[in-house]
Amino acid sequence: MESKVEFQFAGLADFLAMNGHGAYVWLAYGVTFAALAALAAYPPLRRRQLQGELRRQQRIEQRRRQVGQNKAAAEPA
Amino acid sequence: MPSVEVPLLSGRNAPGFGALLKTELLLALRKRADIANPLLFFVTVLALLPLGVGPEPELLARMAPGIIWVMALLATLLSQESLFRGDFEDGTLEQMTLSPQPLYFAVLAKSAVHWLVTGLPLALLSPLLGLMLNLPAAGYLCLFVSLLLGSASLSLMGAVGAALTVALRRPGLLLALIVMPLYAPVLIFGTGAVQAAIDGYAYGAQLAILAALLAAAAALAPLAAAGAIRISTDS
Amino acid sequence: MEVSLAWQWFHRLGSPRWFYQKTGAWLPWLALASMVLLTVGTAWGLGFAPQDAKQGNSYRIIYIHVPAAFLALAGYYIMAISGAIGLIWKMKLSFAVMRAAAPIGAVLTFVALFTGAIWGKPTWGTYWVWDARITSMLILLFLYIGVIALGRAFSREQAADKACALLALVGTVNIPIIYKSVDWWYSLHQPATIKLTQASSIHPSMFYPLLTMVIGFYCLYAWTLIAHTRILVLQREWRTQWVREALEAGK
Repeated sequence: MESKVEFQFAGLADFLAMNGHGAYVWLAYGVTFAALAALAAYPPLRRRQLQGELRRQQRIEQRRRQVGQNKAAAEPA
Repeated sequence: MPSVEVPLLSGRNAPGFGALLKTELLLALRKRADIANPLLFFVTVLALLPLGVGPEPELLARMAPGIIWVMALLATLLSQESLFRGDFEDGTLEQMTLSPQPLYFAVLAKSAVHWLVTGLPLALLSPLLGLMLNLPAAGYLCLFVSLLLGSASLSLMGAVGAALTVALRRPGLLLALIVMPLYAPVLIFGTGAVQAAIDGYAYGAQLAILAALLAAAAALAPLAAAGAIRISTDS
Repeated sequence: MEVSLAWQWFHRLGSPRWFYQKTGAWLPWLALASMVLLTVGTAWGLGFAPQDAKQGNSYRIIYIHVPAAFLALAGYYIMAISGAIGLIWKMKLSFAVMRAAAPIGAVLTFVALFTGAIWGKPTWGTYWVWDARITSMLILLFLYIGVIALGRAFSREQAADKACALLALVGTVNIPIIYKSVDWWYSLHQPATIKLTQASSIHPSMFYPLLTMVIGFYCLYAWTLIAHTRILVLQREWRTQWVREALEAGK
């Protein structure tokens, strides 16, 4: 590369303003990264949901088993 | 009312394509509402259009090709859903998948009949609607021919969507969503042809492309629809 | 010997459980690569690449618009190919990849359309133009949504998979036809004054950050596709012992 790589803006205020196009640039980048973050966040969140679902199912199964046991114990032999 | 014996279910001899076509046509002609509804839709909405955009002749003339084509598209879409539904519900569709005759021909026959009772009347009606919308004189023939060719493609492509959604309880707008991207090129070249005719240019190329799209659709769409029918009837 | 090894690997690939256990180790690396590349690329593109002579600073949207558009289109073909593999070799896992690819592709297509529209306003004065690229991208979004909706409409997973695969393949044939027709249609209605492509010779100082972002997006796509597929595998194999163990272990 011929030209030197250097920061293109005078300061933070200039960087945010983007020569008047700030609203557009930051809106575009903001929405994009929000969307990408949502894609990345979905698997762990869903996984936690599935774990909760599994625990709930196991609790139901356990309760059913206990009821079965209690019934068997209550029956006169 | 005497029931129509469907040859597919009888005997070992697989009926020829002609017999298939005739049967489907007879069945379709009995359901007069199914034929009339899309046409009525076509005409009534087109009559509403000037009420919406104003009666200026130049404006209507400019919009006429596109509007007539879009309405033809929507009218075809309306009747597409019932293409396989009747047969699905009484088990005939499943019988078709088991018959010795390839499903391709059954779908082709159904699409051809669908065109005969939907697309063809639409094309025949189009000069009348052109009149209502002040279509310039140069556009009438091209409008008729482009609709004739194009609506046949629409029927074929629509069969794919109909086959994919036939097993669903409420296909709703899913059929439209599936089929619209397929319809788009036909719409583009159909209106392109009519517009070229109105502007005084040659429109043979556009019609040739419509014919090519029809050929491709006739070759490929029934294959895709047959696959979709097997998926839908597989239980 | 080699052939049977390859076949063995191919068959193992078809096992959802093997896939799940194998790819667990890949995810952190893909995530790291994506985040590093995207951070570097974004900082570079936003702050260090030179201003465009004609567009000023609004052109910087290119660094997210172009990669998103690439991945949106590539993602569709990945979805369709997975569907084809599933249909031909009856591979459950391939169908899972296809179903995972649909929402990811739809999100990327939306991002491409949105950033394109935002870019259009200061640059060409309008949010939307019905040219070939943008209109085809819009139809791509409809194709994705169609696959997602069709998948959810079927009550049986097997039928849903096959239907989605069929639809995805039909769309594959459709995409080039749509692009060509819209291109022709647009050239009729608009004089070619609006050039929506960057000049074919892009300055290196603008090209390298773009390349970084494209590679970063590809890494992100691989990461999210694998992660989403893993979740789908857990859901589809819910009744099996190994899924319960995996969830309990918190892996």
